[in-house]
Amino acid sequence: MSLLPWIPVATLVGALLALVAGARSAAAARVVALLTALFGAVAAGAAAARFAPSNELVTLVDLPWITQLGIRYHLAVDGISLSLVVLTALAATSGVLFSWTVAERVGEFFALYLTLVAGVYGVFLSADAFLFFVFYEIAIVPKYFLVAGWGSTRREYGAMKLVLYSFAGSALVLAGLVWTYGAGGAEGFSFGALTEAASRMSYGENVAAFGLVFFGFATLAGLFPLHTWAPTGHVAAPTAASMLLAGVVMKLGAYGCLRIALPFYPVGFAAWQLVIGWLAVAGIVYAGLVALVQRDFKFVIGYSSVSHMGFVMLGLATGEIEALAGATLQMFSHGVIAGLLFGVVGRMVYEREHTRDLVELEARPMHRRLPGAAAVFVLAGLASMGLPGFSGFPAELKILVGAWNFHPIWAVAAAVGVLVAGAFTLRVMQRAFFGQFGAAGAEPGEGGERLTLPEKLGAGLLLGATILIGLKPDLLLDWIVPALQSPAFHFAATNVVP
Amino acid sequence: MSIDYALLFRVLLPEALLTATALLVIGVDLVWGSGRSRGSRLQMAVGAGLLGVGVAALVIWQDGAQGSVWAGNLRVDLLAVAVRLGVLGLTGLSLLGLTGSRVSDQPAEYVALALLATVGFLQMAVAQNLLLAFLALELASLSLYVLAGYDRSRPESAEAALKYFLQGGVSAALLLFGFSLLYGMTGRIDLTGISMALAAHADGSLSAVAVGMVLAAFGFKAAVAPFHPWAPDVYQGAPPMSAALIASAAKLAGLAFFWRIFWSGLGPLAATAPLTGGAGGGWVPVLAAMCAVSLLLGNLVALAQVSIRRLLAYSAIGHAGALGLGLLSAGEVGPGPLFYYAATYGLATVGAFACLALLDRAGDGDRIEDLAGLRRRSPLLAACLAVFVLSLAGIPPLAGFFGKFVVFAAAFRIDGLSHPAGWVALLAIAMSAVALYYYLILLKQAWIAEDVRVRGPIEVPPAAALGVVLAAGLLIVLGAFPSLLLGRF
Repeated sequence: MSLLPWIPVATLVGALLALVAGARSAAAARVVALLTALFGAVAAGAAAARFAPSNELVTLVDLPWITQLGIRYHLAVDGISLSLVVLTALAATSGVLFSWTVAERVGEFFALYLTLVAGVYGVFLSADAFLFFVFYEIAIVPKYFLVAGWGSTRREYGAMKLVLYSFAGSALVLAGLVWTYGAGGAEGFSFGALTEAASRMSYGENVAAFGLVFFGFATLAGLFPLHTWAPTGHVAAPTAASMLLAGVVMKLGAYGCLRIALPFYPVGFAAWQLVIGWLAVAGIVYAGLVALVQRDFKFVIGYSSVSHMGFVMLGLATGEIEALAGATLQMFSHGVIAGLLFGVVGRMVYEREHTRDLVELEARPMHRRLPGAAAVFVLAGLASMGLPGFSGFPAELKILVGAWNFHPIWAVAAAVGVLVAGAFTLRVMQRAFFGQFGAAGAEPGEGGERLTLPEKLGAGLLLGATILIGLKPDLLLDWIVPALQSPAFHFAATNVVP
Repeated sequence: MSIDYALLFRVLLPEALLTATALLVIGVDLVWGSGRSRGSRLQMAVGAGLLGVGVAALVIWQDGAQGSVWAGNLRVDLLAVAVRLGVLGLTGLSLLGLTGSRVSDQPAEYVALALLATVGFLQMAVAQNLLLAFLALELASLSLYVLAGYDRSRPESAEAALKYFLQGGVSAALLLFGFSLLYGMTGRIDLTGISMALAAHADGSLSAVAVGMVLAAFGFKAAVAPFHPWAPDVYQGAPPMSAALIASAAKLAGLAFFWRIFWSGLGPLAATAPLTGGAGGGWVPVLAAMCAVSLLLGNLVALAQVSIRRLLAYSAIGHAGALGLGLLSAGEVGPGPLFYYAATYGLATVGAFACLALLDRAGDGDRIEDLAGLRRRSPLLAACLAVFVLSLAGIPPLAGFFGKFVVFAAAFRIDGLSHPAGWVALLAIAMSAVALYYYLILLKQAWIAEDVRVRGPIEVPPAAALGVVLAAGLLIVLGAFPSLLLGRF
C-alpha cells in the first residue's frame, strides 16, 4: 500500500506532536519535525520509485465527504503532482535542517511550519477542487504567524502583506470556482464536473471566470504586477519559511493555474493568453532589473524568485505541451534552487554575520570567513543562472522554445531576462563573497567557519536534486509529459504551432 | 376544527420546562441563596439553567419533526428542530460563559431572564402566524433589553440597553404596522393563508409598504445596514454574555423567524411585486442591496476600530450581510446553508465573547492592545480565541469557512451573475479578504505581541473553560464534517 495519501494527515499529526513536544523540550520538537519531514520524503520517494507514468490522475483515496454538495475527499497523483510532491519533500526536509538553530518557541515554530507543509502536500495531491481549495487556504494562515513571529526586517508588515495578497488571490479563485459551480450547474467539485460546468457557461462568463481563477492563483505565483508581496514577504520571513515560501508555496499558485485554470476554462484561456504572456515577460525582465540594484542580499534572491517564476508563467501562457512540461520542470527546478539560495542567505550568512547588506559584506573577506557558504552559493548561483548541468537549463530552454514558437518576441525578451539573471547573480556573488578577493586572509580565530552538519545535509539534498535533474531531466520529464497528454490538457495538443 | 391538546402540550413542553426552570431559579435563589456568596448563587443558577436547557433539548431531540400543530399555527419541521436545538446549545454555552464573567449582584435573575429570552427564541423558530410570531419576538426582545442593561456598575451598559430598547421598540412598532397591513390586505394572520392571498391578488403600493416595514424590522434584528447602529454600542456596553446571546442565539432564531415570514408568507412578493415602483422590484433586490451595504460598511468600518468588541460588532454587521444573502438564497436551495452559517457563526461569537468575558473579569480593558501577551497569560484562551477568530474570518477547516462557502454556492446557484445575489456573493468574497486583516490584527496581539505591562496569568474557571473548549471543538468538528449539520435537511 502506498504511503502517499497519508502524507497530508501525517504531517498535520506531526505538527500537533511538535507543538506538544515543544512544550517540554526544544530538541524533541526538532526531532519530531525532522521525522515528520522524513516521513513525507520516504513516502514520496517510495511512490516515485514505483511510479508508472500515465496520462491520467491515479486515485489514491476517494471518500464521500460533503455529499450534499457532491464534494469528495479525493486524492490522486500523476506525473506533474508527483514531481511537486517530491519537491515539497526535499524543501520541507532541508527547511527543517536549516531551522535547526531556531531557539524561540521551537514547538510552535515547527507546528506552524508543518501545518504549512501539510497544506502544500494536500494541494498537490487533491483531485477535488473544493479539497484543493481547503488545503490551499490551510497553507495561508501559518505563513502569517511564521513571518510575523520569527521573521526579521519589517516582519509584521511583510507578513500582513504576504497573507493579504495570498488571501485576496484565493478569494478570486473561490469566487470564480463557486460561480462556475452555480452558474454552470455542476454536480460537485470534482475536476471533471467543474470542467463540464465551465463549458456550459457563455463565452463571456467563461472568459471572466478564467480571469478570476487564473489571476487569483497567479497572485501567489508572483505574476507581474501582482508579485509585490513576494520580495517583502520572503525577506521578512525566517529562513525555513522563505525557503518554503519561495521554493514551494509560489508553486501552489502556478500549479493551480496549470491544474485548474487552464484545463477548466480553455476558452477563457485562449482569450487571456496574450495578456498572460506579456505580463510574464515583463515580470522576468523587470524583476531581474530590480534584483540588479538591490543592496540587501535577500532582496536580490527575492526578486530573482519573481523573475524565475515569470518563466513558469511564460511556459503556461504558450499553452503548448513542451512548454507546459518546461514550466513544470521549472517549478521543480526553481523550488530547489530558491530554497538553496534562501538557505545560504538566511541561515549560512545572516545568522553568522548579522548583516545582509551587500556593501558591508563586500568589505569582509567572506570567501575565507565562510568558505562552505561561498562554495554552496557559487553552485546555486550557477544553477540559478540556468547553466547546463543544472536543472534550470532544460526547463528554461523548453520554455524559450515554446515561447519562440508561439510569439518570437516573448522568447527574445525572456532571453534578455536570462542575461539579466546572469548579471545579477554574478554581481551578488562577487559582492557577497568575493568583495575582498585576494585581500589578506581572515583574522585569526574568526576565519574559516565551517558549516554545521544539518546545513551540509540540507544543502547537499537540494544541490544533489538540481544537479541530478540537470544531468538527466528525463527523470522528471518522463513523468510530466505523459501527464500533460491527458484529455484534461487537450487544448495543449491543438496549440502546437506547425 | 379539533385541536390535539396532548400534541400541543408536547410541542410546547420545552418552553414550559424553561419557564419553570426560570421560576425555580428565582425561587431557589430567594430561599436558599440569602446569605450565601454571589459565586455560589451564580453556580446554582447556572447549574439549574443548564439542566433546564439540557432537558428541553432532549425533549426536542426525542420528538423530532412533527409537522403542523395546532391547526397550523405552529410548524415543527426539520428547520424548527434544528434551530431550537441550536438556540438551546448557544444559550447553554452562554450560561457556561457566564461563570467566567464578572459576577453581578443578582445572578439568579440574570439566568432567569436568559431562559425567558430563550423561550422566546424557541417560539420564534416554530411560529407560523403573525400574532404568535410577534409575541415570541417581543418576549425575546424584552428579556434581551434588560440583559443588555444588567451591569449597573457601568453607565455604558445602561446606554447600551437604552439604545437597544429605543431602536428595538421602533423596529417592533414597524413590524407590527407591517403585520397589520398584511392582515388588512389578506384578512389572514397565518403565513400560508397570507401567501395564498398575496399570490392571488396583491395591492402593489400597499404591499410595498408592508414589506418595507418587515424588512426594516429584519434589518434591526439581524443588524443589517442601514438598521445596524445599535450593534456597536450594545456589543461594547452590554455585559459580555448578554452581548453573546444577542449576537448568537437571538440571531439564529431571528433568521429562522424571518425565513418563515419572507418565504412562507411573503414568498409571492419576492421579486415580482413592484416594490420599487418599476417592474422587477420585490423584496429580493432590496434585501440584496441592504446586504451589499452591510458587507461594505461593516467590514470597512471594522478596520478602524480600537475596541475589540466594537470590532466584533462591525464584523457582525458584515456577517449580517452574508447571512442576509443566505436568507435570499434560501428560497432556491432551502434553509440548510442559512442555518449552517447562522449556527456556526453563533458558536464562534459566543466563544469569542466568553473569552472577552474572562479578560474583562481579569480586569483587562477592551482595547486590541490589551490582548497582548495573552499567549503567556492563558494559552488555552489564546488557542480558543484563535479558533473563534479564524472561524469568523472563514479559514478552513473551521466551520466559518464552510458556512460562507455553502451560502455563496447557494447564491450563485440561483442564476449566476444574472441575479443580484450573485453580485452580492462576489462582494462578500472580496470583503472576506478585507476582514482577514482585522481578524489577524487581533491574533497578532494575542499570539505575537509581547505585553509591555507585567500581568499575571488569567484564571479560567472550569465551567467557563469547558464552554470555550466545547465551542472551539464544535467549530473544528463541524468544519471538518459539515454533513453532520447539512445532512439534517
